[in-house]
Amino acid sequence: MSYISKDPSNPSGSPMTTPERHQGDHADGVPEIRLRTAAIGAHADAPTGTLKVQAKKINVFYGAKQALFDVDVDIPGKAVTAFIGPSGCGKSTFLRCINRMNDTIPGAKVTGEVLLDGEDVNDRQIDPVTLRARVGMVFQKPNPFPKSIFENVAYGPRIHGLAAGKADLEEIVEASLKRASLWEEVKDRLNQPGTGLSGGQQQRLVIARAIAVAPEVILMDEPCSALDPIATARIEELIDELRQQFCIVIVTHSMAQAARVSQRTSFFHLGKLVESGSTEEMFTNPKDSRTQDYITGRFG
Amino acid sequence: MTDAALIAGATQPSGPGHASGSTPKTLAAAKRLKARHAAEFRFRLYGRTAIIVALSFLVILLGRIVSQGWSTFVQNRISVAVYVDPAKVDARALNGVNWDYMISTAALAKLGLTDDDVGERSGKMSALLSPALGYDLLKKIKADPSLIGKTVTVDGPIGADAGLYYKGLIKRSTAEGDRRLDDAQLGWLDQLKAKGQVTSKFNTDFLTHADSTQPEQAGVAGAAIGSALTLIVVGLLAIPIGVLTAVYLEEFAPKNRWTDLLEVNINNLAAVPSIIYGLLGLALFINMMGVPRSTPLVGGLVLALMALPTVIIATRSALKAVPPSIREAALGVGASRTQTVFHHVLPMARPGIMTGAILALSHAMGETAPGLMVGMVFFSSDLPRGFLSAATVLPVQVFIWENASERAFLSMTAACIMVLLAFMILMNGTAIYLRSRYERRW
Repeated sequence: MSYISKDPSNPSGSPMTTPERHQGDHADGVPEIRLRTAAIGAHADAPTGTLKVQAKKINVFYGAKQALFDVDVDIPGKAVTAFIGPSGCGKSTFLRCINRMNDTIPGAKVTGEVLLDGEDVNDRQIDPVTLRARVGMVFQKPNPFPKSIFENVAYGPRIHGLAAGKADLEEIVEASLKRASLWEEVKDRLNQPGTGLSGGQQQRLVIARAIAVAPEVILMDEPCSALDPIATARIEELIDELRQQFCIVIVTHSMAQAARVSQRTSFFHLGKLVESGSTEEMFTNPKDSRTQDYITGRFG
Repeated sequence: MTDAALIAGATQPSGPGHASGSTPKTLAAAKRLKARHAAEFRFRLYGRTAIIVALSFLVILLGRIVSQGWSTFVQNRISVAVYVDPAKVDARALNGVNWDYMISTAALAKLGLTDDDVGERSGKMSALLSPALGYDLLKKIKADPSLIGKTVTVDGPIGADAGLYYKGLIKRSTAEGDRRLDDAQLGWLDQLKAKGQVTSKFNTDFLTHADSTQPEQAGVAGAAIGSALTLIVVGLLAIPIGVLTAVYLEEFAPKNRWTDLLEVNINNLAAVPSIIYGLLGLALFINMMGVPRSTPLVGGLVLALMALPTVIIATRSALKAVPPSIREAALGVGASRTQTVFHHVLPMARPGIMTGAILALSHAMGETAPGLMVGMVFFSSDLPRGFLSAATVLPVQVFIWENASERAFLSMTAACIMVLLAFMILMNGTAIYLRSRYERRW
């Protein structure tokens, strides 16, 4: 919980919501967030290098069709992990297991364990809604709400009670937009519709919306596939900045993108995890022949 | 031009495969092209013909209604100065005084005539005037008894048949025995008009009065108020229940055999003949539950049942039209399903829901058969006072007047239809307005 992480030196604590400010000025906002922390288990943020998410023997079924077979993946905190693989290989499906978005699909069934800071997200104790506040998501197509730019970013903090007042909320919105490097472009038109922005700006707005709830993990499902190269470059830059504070998991079709932004890469094929490793190693010295074939463009 | 280019392109062999036997191929291609264009032209023609036919039916229908109904909106009025003879008026029994006779003799006097011994002449004159004049005089005297012995001017509509003559709907050319007014009466009417005693103006009585046995005094206000009260009941019941049902089915319910069955049933209910709903309402609401018959309450209950499937179907399709990415976006930032629906999905679906709801309401408003079944065929010369006072509704009023024997009701039927249509246009216009107002293109 980066908003009020117990450890003030915690690098993920967002600058706009330092623990002192929350505990001092807006004491009423605190208990709810504490409760949330308690429900999930008060884990101090894992330092860089330690595992943030561990998936063990994940199988996903959509009705009778099995989409994932015994997938084991370890995802470190404060780094970018890329999932690559041909279309329909299950990488997005796996991504959606982490914040339980598969729950929203009728007929979807997930077995296995996804440990977030050591705790199974599929545990009955865990409320998917609070989980999704900890694990934010950015989708393939920019999907801002049909509301103003301000409302788009303010929505999350508002429903989670993260802001103690109007001024506080405005501060969160500003800080989130700044961190999504969108503030300069939109600061004069916060009341205009978010859908009026360009595709790249919309995607950054969506990222700002995800950041505003102070998640620990941000899942990105092909965030640049609907964008032009310039907008893509900006998003990639942004991802590189954000990894200082968040654990980022990105699904991408572009191997070049995976190579540019990620530190670790996992290759999925036909619902199975073929290979995982550091990005550098995966692209220079893959162990599996299928990975080799894929990254050299022989299929996919 | 493009066609020519296509043919030109086709005649030039574009590859080695076309080199041999290109001429018959291009001929065939040109033939196909011609046939395709002819087919497209034919199809456009069919479409235009269909539109022209539909439009002309609409024009004929509206033209007939308007041409028949306009005359109701014109009212011929007469003002008669009556000397209230103290000898003929018993101040203690004002209701028993023959006011009509007093007025018709006054009207005869204007033409320089006096009543004959048997009162036939005054009777004929009385038939040309509305009883409303007599009521008016009685009211005036009751309000101010000092008027007895003075000359009082009363102003009111002329009789329905006299009105038809002025509007050209009773013609002098018709044989005397075949019309309701004889030559003498027509002569009087001509003289009254020539003397400027008769004025014609917009018939506000038609819009403010309840029903009456006298056509010139009958109005649609009773039925319009009845319709409005009924619609309030329908709206209060059908819209919230329908919208919430649709939201549950669309956003929350599991997809299984039961919900499929439910969906099929709802879709079928929308196609059930309305008279069946009327029978159901009669059996359920009136006989079993004891809801008072003929009231806007029971009418509204029945029509709400009828409107429910339409509201549900419209709401569901409006919800379906909301892109799933919005739901994902809301769920992704940690909104609960309920928050997702009420903060994002419903607001986006609102224009569609409102349009569907208003169309369902205007459909319910035009429905006659259920009204017939629950006793809305109700004659009342008083305006309905509430949800539990007996009333009729506009389409049933059309039905009632359509069955009335007096000639003047013919035009009133059409006029009532015009009022009903005006209501419909108003409601559909509201639907369009609301739609454009809330449908912000973000």
